[in-house]
Amino acid sequence: MTDSLTLPGPFPAPVPAAGDPMAAQFGGLHRLLPASGAVPVDLRAHLDRYGALPRPDGPGRIIAEVEAAGLTGRGGAAFPTYRKLAAAANGDQAPVVAGNGAEGEPASSKDRSLLWISPHLVLDGLQVAAQATGSRSALLYVPRRRQLHQRLTEVIAERAAVGMDTARVELREAPDRFLAGEESALASRLADRPALPSYRPVRGLPRTGPGRPVLVQNVETLAHLALIARYGAGWFRAAGTADEPGSMLATLHLADGQRSVVEVPIGIPLAGLLGFGGQLPLPPGRAGGGGDGLITSAAGPVQAVLVGGYHSAWLPAAQAARLPLANAALRPLGAFIGAGVVAALPADRCGIAETARVARYLALESAGQCGPCFNGLPRMAAALGHLAGPRPDPWARADLDRWAGLVTGRGACHHPDGSVRFIGSALRVFAAEAGLHERGRCSGTNPQPFLPLPGGQPLDDTDWS
Amino acid sequence: MGKQLRVDPTACAGHGLCAELAPELVSLDEWGYPIMPDRPVPRALERTARRAVTDCPALALALTRVP
Repeated sequence: MTDSLTLPGPFPAPVPAAGDPMAAQFGGLHRLLPASGAVPVDLRAHLDRYGALPRPDGPGRIIAEVEAAGLTGRGGAAFPTYRKLAAAANGDQAPVVAGNGAEGEPASSKDRSLLWISPHLVLDGLQVAAQATGSRSALLYVPRRRQLHQRLTEVIAERAAVGMDTARVELREAPDRFLAGEESALASRLADRPALPSYRPVRGLPRTGPGRPVLVQNVETLAHLALIARYGAGWFRAAGTADEPGSMLATLHLADGQRSVVEVPIGIPLAGLLGFGGQLPLPPGRAGGGGDGLITSAAGPVQAVLVGGYHSAWLPAAQAARLPLANAALRPLGAFIGAGVVAALPADRCGIAETARVARYLALESAGQCGPCFNGLPRMAAALGHLAGPRPDPWARADLDRWAGLVTGRGACHHPDGSVRFIGSALRVFAAEAGLHERGRCSGTNPQPFLPLPGGQPLDDTDWS
Repeated sequence: MGKQLRVDPTACAGHGLCAELAPELVSLDEWGYPIMPDRPVPRALERTARRAVTDCPALALALTRVP
């Protein structure tokens, strides 16, 4: 870590990551999460480290600072944060400011980790966003987890008791659905209706029915906002690339099944993040991701990397090994940083079978409102399921291609497009594996599922509240 | 300045009337849901398009101005 990346101010520099040997190894940062590990930061420790929020000097100033910082939304879409703030500040009425911690992406746990460990940064950011947009009502939208709710309730009450917040903060429950955090679904939930996405032909802030506009910002975005308000755009830009400045939280899934949440500068090489070594030839009769062989890593050989999450894309490991974690490099390949998921698929799994499991989940997570998504995704998931099995229909891949064209761009939200993107990337990266399946073989030797899905209870198709 | 025929996919219930009333503009996918033209509606077909809009049982269609 270079000096410019440590936090300024009258507090001790973060100690080298004691409980976190990996951070030092790949150049992790500790802007949002403390170096001391997963111990929650209480209000006193928070103020000791970061100091109090500076008094707002006019809403325009902070929005200009956020523009100069180049902060983008960390929930997945990477939309410029200042543009949403400006739209909310210039609207017909003051917005409700919503900190979005729904984190419906099953492979991501960075938002929940941030809320658990550094809730005060998120709540500071919520206040900054409220002040910038002239709002006095804010809320945190968080999944139904008893411990997390209990802790956040206490933290919000503690801040209210010392009078440090100008906007009142409410806690709202997000249903355990993939799309619960989609911003129009969130707005719908705030109006006590089901958390379903709505059709919005005219862009702009979502509204609670015909009511108030809602400024939705991901909780990590708010935490960055709290630091930009304190230390400014120049400090923020000391990490990351010129086009994609700052740091980000990533949820890592290593090939040995180990999972962790880390903070890294945007643009960090994926090879370093995943502990990649050299290239290995494919064993005879095997069909790894992309046919380019395997990449060795400290956690075992890797065939492919999923970047971004279940709406993004697979990349062959040999290709990922040459890429930085940055949208400028990922987007031309059909992938993007998304919610910060980085998963290294081990060599012993079948990429088609892994994708088929997730595709089935995505199909069941369709809100069922739009015909093409409701009809197309289950058919695509079923075809992929056949392709993952021992004797797939010879026309499964042709069906998948046709349905991909029929589903894309025809939903009210991005769910059909994202799901098709993910499935399409699997058909490219694991094309050799699909060919093996069509000849009655599979090169996977470990049937244990790798990518996480919400487990336990069967999915209830109707609960969106 | 033209007009574009759009469908609200959350309101559309796949009745298919639009494809019968305006076959020059709308086709149905294999599940009976309309595929909208991606280009502005030609002036000669605006009446047809408006008929599809007013007769849609789900009121899911709209003819909107595009710059």
